Amino acid sequence: MASQIVRRVLRARASEICAAQSATNPNSARVFSCFDRSLSSAAASGSDLIRATLFPGDGIGPEIAESVKQVFKAADVPIEWEEHYVGQEVDPRTQSFLTWESLESVRRNKVGLKGPMATPIGKGHRSLNLTLRKELNLYANVRPCYSLPGYKTRYDDVNLITIRENTEGEYSGLEHQVVRGVVESLKIITRQASLRVAEYAFHYAKTHGRDRVSAIHKANIMQKTDGLFLKCCREVAEKYPEIKYEEVVIDNCCMMLVKNPALFDVLVMPNLYGDIISDLCAGLIGGLGLTPSCNIGEGGIALAEAVHGSAPDIAGKNLANPTALTLSAVTMLRHLELHDKADRIQNAILNTIAEGKYRTADLGGSSSTTDFTKAIIDHL
Amino acid sequence: MARRAIPILKRLVQSSDNPVNVGLASRVDRTRSVTYMPRPGDGTPRAVTLIPGDGIGPLVTGAVEQVMAAMHAPVYFERYEIHGDMKSVPQEVMDSIKKNKVCLKGGLNTPVGGGVSSLNVQLRKELDLYASLVHCCNYPGLPTRHENVDIVVIRENTEGEYAGLEHEVVPGVVESLKVITKFCSERIAQYAFEYAYLNNRKKVTAVHKANIMKLADGLFLESCREVATKYPGIKYNEIIVDNCCMQLVAKPEQFDVMVTPNLYGNLVANTAAGIAGGTGVMPGGNVGADHAVFEQGASAGNVGNMKVLEQKKANPVALLLSSAMMLRHLRFPSFADRLESAVKRVISEGKNHTKDLGGNCTTQEVVDAVIAALD
Repeated sequence: MASQIVRRVLRARASEICAAQSATNPNSARVFSCFDRSLSSAAASGSDLIRATLFPGDGIGPEIAESVKQVFKAADVPIEWEEHYVGQEVDPRTQSFLTWESLESVRRNKVGLKGPMATPIGKGHRSLNLTLRKELNLYANVRPCYSLPGYKTRYDDVNLITIRENTEGEYSGLEHQVVRGVVESLKIITRQASLRVAEYAFHYAKTHGRDRVSAIHKANIMQKTDGLFLKCCREVAEKYPEIKYEEVVIDNCCMMLVKNPALFDVLVMPNLYGDIISDLCAGLIGGLGLTPSCNIGEGGIALAEAVHGSAPDIAGKNLANPTALTLSAVTMLRHLELHDKADRIQNAILNTIAEGKYRTADLGGSSSTTDFTKAIIDHL
Repeated sequence: MARRAIPILKRLVQSSDNPVNVGLASRVDRTRSVTYMPRPGDGTPRAVTLIPGDGIGPLVTGAVEQVMAAMHAPVYFERYEIHGDMKSVPQEVMDSIKKNKVCLKGGLNTPVGGGVSSLNVQLRKELDLYASLVHCCNYPGLPTRHENVDIVVIRENTEGEYAGLEHEVVPGVVESLKVITKFCSERIAQYAFEYAYLNNRKKVTAVHKANIMKLADGLFLESCREVATKYPGIKYNEIIVDNCCMQLVAKPEQFDVMVTPNLYGNLVANTAAGIAGGTGVMPGGNVGADHAVFEQGASAGNVGNMKVLEQKKANPVALLLSSAMMLRHLRFPSFADRLESAVKRVISEGKNHTKDLGGNCTTQEVVDAVIAALD
């Protein structure tokens, strides 16, 4: 009772602040009051410098992070980077190579950019991605996939966003051997997590002007689990009557995606299907080296990341392609509602690739990272 | 098993002598010299259970019946009506399939979230049809974005995520069990390698997600690796399922035979069918130790939607090619070849394509074209 009053007062105060800025979405506040508060606080600080955490990562990470910093400086983006590196020893507070300070920095700044990190092999520590996911409660993975004009793949008209639930589902990691030769693996679906990701999907669709959300499922076979996911999606869909909602069985979805990807707009799915479908969509536009990705956490945290590997064989040789990390940084800007800057940088990258004069080795050209970066800056 | 293998092995040996035929699965094979010596009595008509199914099912199974009659094929069909919203498969249908050993069926619609368990899955579990096979390849005349696709997806059909063991732990938290057993993984791996061996295939790829589901998919991979050691002439490799889907879209020519657990098999088969020309064209079937059920290969769209049904523009090609596979399974290879070449000729001519292939024909027009193309 008292907590509800406190929440209402805080929300009122937050909405006072955000009333001065452009509108954030008020009707998601009922379920996620902290989410709303953090959105408005992010929008409020649009005029002064925003602090963002940067994890350059390993391998080609530092070079492409440098690229991103140069592009942002040339575009006058009001972001101040706080760099953190993965440590050499296991930090006992986080049980991984990421230090407590790094995590605290992300929690404080609410936005971050992560380069590719190679998980060191060995025991006694958690994987880096798992640490980030659990500690920052990153519940949704957003991948906008659009065909890059000028980089020809077999598919020219891809323009979709995959939103994947990132915490539960088939990846709960709960397996055991019942008797010798029989293994069980648990898939968990909860109402809370499904509602959370469905809310984010519809909110994203609304703020980015998308008109359709499709929920992908296999509820004809897994009736209770995917059925619960669908029920939550339907509940949220009712709150957004202007956005069309449909449900597609996953085998139909796979087939339609490879035949005609223009049929889809925003896709929201549980963990396993999301993993497969988001990688399939990345394959449609040209691979992981060109795909941006952003992880959304509780409290409005957004950690954009490059999903490709750290490519140790070309590290330090000025050959890496900074497109994925730069496009991910653009999604971070969109989350911060700096849409005009985001559009400028995105158009610069697309024009550079479309022109075809400067392309890195993986796109079939022979430019270096620095040349490519300079070309993007010239196109701004 | 050995009895069935002998005529196939005979054909393998003979076709390697004959320069016109290349391998058992030769595609446009009109001039087959006498290779199959039947036993006396092999030509008596065989009974096959026919399940028309829901939606476009009756339309496409009707197409198969017409073509079989036109060819005077030595099969006769015993029809049984089943619909997807029935509680379970009726006992008389099961008895018929157990007697005939072979069945041809259209799609059965499983209502979403309706509390009715899928009849397709029930049929597979009761008859222990543990392997589901989809053959995805480019047919000349079909417009596709990918070339050189020739993939056979072999999918474990009885366990995995389709175990159907779900329960609500507390309100708002639901658990579903994915069960993987060594027994089932071994026999599907054995089937995949045996298929590759008997059909002159060079590579078997196991699809998994063992970096996340270490025990479950780890057990599947272990079984595949063990079986791979028994077939040293066949290359074996493993690929993670998300990378697999990306590679399928970018470079499908690297895949040959793929063996997968239940759920990944569903996704991979539909993706592969989509890149090779669509699920309306790819043949497939489910096979077990004693029975075989042939149906449209990949499951997407096998029931169709209202518009296709009303306009009668369903694509019968998949079921026609599956019935050719069925004829070969029943040891009528000449009829199978005739049917397959007729269908391929109709596809390559391009005048009789249904809506999903970019044309505008009805099912009946395609059937008439196939019957006209039979020699």
